[in-house]
Amino acid sequence: MTSPAEDSREVVTAPPRPRRGVSLREAGPPVALVAIFAVFAALSSQFRTVGNIQNILDAAAVLAVVACGITFVLMMGSIDLSAAGVMATSALAVALLVENNRNDNDLGLIGIVLAVLLAAALGALSGLLLVLLKVPSFMTTLGVSAIGLGLATLMFAGVQPNISDAGLESWAVDRLLGFTYLTWIAAGCVLVGWLIQRYTRLGRYAYAIGGAEEVLALSGVKVAPYKVAVFTLAGAFYGLGGVMVTSQLGAGLVQAGKGYDFLAITAAVVGGTLLTGGRGGVLHTTVGVLLIVVLTNGLVQVGVSPYWQGGVQGLIVVAAVAAAVVPLRHRNQVVK
Amino acid sequence: MSIDAELEMDLSRNAPVPALEVRGLVKHYPGVKALDGVDLVVHQHEVLGLAGENGAGKSTLLKALVGLVRPDAGEIYVRGEQVRLRSVVDAAHHGIGMVFQEQSLVPNLTAAENIVLGSEGVGVRGGVYRWDAMRRMAQEQLDKIGSSIDPLARTDSLSFAERQMVEIAKVLRIEERSRFAPVIILDEPTSVLEPSEIETLFEQVRRLREFASVVFVSHRLDEVLDVCDRVSVLRGGRSAGEVATAGAVPAELHRMMIGSTGSEDHYHDNVAERTHDSDQEAVPRLSVRGLSSATFRDVDLDVGEGEIVAVVGVHGSGREDLCRALFGATETAAGSVVLDGKPLDLSGTRSACAAGVGYVPAERKTEGMVGPMSVADNMTLTKQGVRCRGPLVVPTKQASLVDSWIKRLSIRTPHRGTAIQRLSGGNQQKVVLARWLVGGDIRLLLLDHPTRGLDIGARSEVYRLMRELANSGVATVLLADSLEEAIGMADRIVVMNDGRITAEVGCPAGRKPTPLDLVKEMV
Repeated sequence: MTSPAEDSREVVTAPPRPRRGVSLREAGPPVALVAIFAVFAALSSQFRTVGNIQNILDAAAVLAVVACGITFVLMMGSIDLSAAGVMATSALAVALLVENNRNDNDLGLIGIVLAVLLAAALGALSGLLLVLLKVPSFMTTLGVSAIGLGLATLMFAGVQPNISDAGLESWAVDRLLGFTYLTWIAAGCVLVGWLIQRYTRLGRYAYAIGGAEEVLALSGVKVAPYKVAVFTLAGAFYGLGGVMVTSQLGAGLVQAGKGYDFLAITAAVVGGTLLTGGRGGVLHTTVGVLLIVVLTNGLVQVGVSPYWQGGVQGLIVVAAVAAAVVPLRHRNQVVK
Repeated sequence: MSIDAELEMDLSRNAPVPALEVRGLVKHYPGVKALDGVDLVVHQHEVLGLAGENGAGKSTLLKALVGLVRPDAGEIYVRGEQVRLRSVVDAAHHGIGMVFQEQSLVPNLTAAENIVLGSEGVGVRGGVYRWDAMRRMAQEQLDKIGSSIDPLARTDSLSFAERQMVEIAKVLRIEERSRFAPVIILDEPTSVLEPSEIETLFEQVRRLREFASVVFVSHRLDEVLDVCDRVSVLRGGRSAGEVATAGAVPAELHRMMIGSTGSEDHYHDNVAERTHDSDQEAVPRLSVRGLSSATFRDVDLDVGEGEIVAVVGVHGSGREDLCRALFGATETAAGSVVLDGKPLDLSGTRSACAAGVGYVPAERKTEGMVGPMSVADNMTLTKQGVRCRGPLVVPTKQASLVDSWIKRLSIRTPHRGTAIQRLSGGNQQKVVLARWLVGGDIRLLLLDHPTRGLDIGARSEVYRLMRELANSGVATVLLADSLEEAIGMADRIVVMNDGRITAEVGCPAGRKPTPLDLVKEMV
């Protein structure tokens, strides 16, 4: 709100926003994806095989699910660093709830659902800490990540739980139309995420919160429940990601989610979701995920030395993000 | 039932209860008395105009009426019943809605979503959007004002005027939300509209009168007289009286708005003290030729040594951007600026500072000062050289310099190390001004609403300081808070309209134009 006595505050008419900038920004990441794909395809015959494309999509599955969740948080203008911890908790939980070598549990699908719900609860915790204690999401989610890793470590208890649940193991192995079940699950998550974003009040309000939170309050919308709900939803996505990693590894590991937190944020931002919120979405993020996975795969296929890969990948990511914000730049812009 | 109450009932049966009544509303802010016992009556099916200079308390009063500001004292009655408005929602339930002057739309949602925001009704079932239903609901509101905006267009793709129409459509939904005849407040709704759109809006206002009451705030007095049945005038946080619009002329309103305070003493305008007469023959200190940007075009402007030039204009006139452009803070497309015979580099604020240009932004709290930093650090923020030897800060050098300026400007602060945010607004502003003075090389001062949010006493001190600086030869470009201030302080007034300079009015001491002369040039 404005400060007192600013009667008749002058409204400076914003210069008409160049439409061109908007369309450029929207088109940038998909164009970059196609371009990078074309370059690698031209450079490497290995890269352009059907088998490799299947590999790329399979490799993108877990990241796509995690990034889908994080997108909703970023859309609000919050940030979520809890993915790694939440994924660890759900990985251990699912490993101990389905058929495994540590105990006699054999809950199958119910075990998976329980693990995802546990993860959602951790997400809700992040959201509640944010709205009740007014602690910025950067800190609450960092704390919740540590809590998640702690819970996972307790459940791990020094003995690795190997799963023997046929259903869960099959996710990473069995294929439908050439793609693993994990890839289909990821595709389903993206679809659900997009529907939530487009057709539910939760999704639209998440978007609006990132756009102008004070306006929502002025219009009589209670914002806090929606914030908690978004973090809960994100937690559920991370939980599913943790379950998927467990399926891939055949065991529940505390490190299940290692690196996914920042990779997911990177994917979202590369795809055109702004960290300040209010822009982007699930489909944007999915393009970002594919960009990163294609890049990783392509650099290997064209024979870039593994010593170089990390640095080159970083450079390309920074270049992509810089290109995406070019139309938004203006003088004396404050960037933090 | 007591006799008094019965009597009141009786009275209310004879004369209809006012739709909205305010009695003795008081609101204090630190250092400012925004409302000082305001009374206001809005009858049913009436369009009430609310007029007043900047700082008269209009905004605070309106905010109190929609629950954004809690008054310290006084009562608000809605249809004869005393209410305590806690929030905008609360106000909406009582049938009071407002079109905010600072647009309150979510930019990245569609127009339809903005219109129904917070009360989606059948537009959302079980948390799931029914885009069709929502579009219809929004279309219904847009039809009321005859707007052809696509309800599913993203709000930030609409023009400013279109967004204003969306805002009005949004507030009209209160018709359906409240069981009572609503009271709709329009705060400066016409400032960015085209004449044809204004006409549509006025038709709407007249239509609204059939089932609602309207409070209409505008700085364009001709509009107020045109569309309103009655006008209430605020001055200095008090009710200054009211006028039935039939047969009234703008001059009458203006006199009420200004009262009899427009004395030249207040502005320290004493010809005898002038060392620099407005000597138009000499080469001007600042000379702007053909300056253009996204928001203003072909601006030619000269400011002489020791001259104060006020730039006046309505919202969207581009004067704020002109001010910022002269400081290198916004991009310019074409034109040249010469300061004391040397071209001024507008590519950044640094070069402007180095050339002796100072800028006091309107948003003191966010742009003018670093709140938690000390008075001393704020004062030496720009001219680091004055407190440094080489790359190192010399505390003693800073201390003596800052203390001397605190004394010279009589800044009331416990200590130079006190955080600036703990000072009163007037003293904060003096520190902000001192920032440009400590270097001793100031040539041109750009003042964007330098007295915004200050009380009368603090204003007067800022005026005195401005006058002293002008007398020492500093050229000043002033975006005044009110016409009265522009007239009181300026030697010359330049009118900007829609990005262009459209008129120039001489304003020498003793031969000041009236606000009305200026208003004529502005619209």
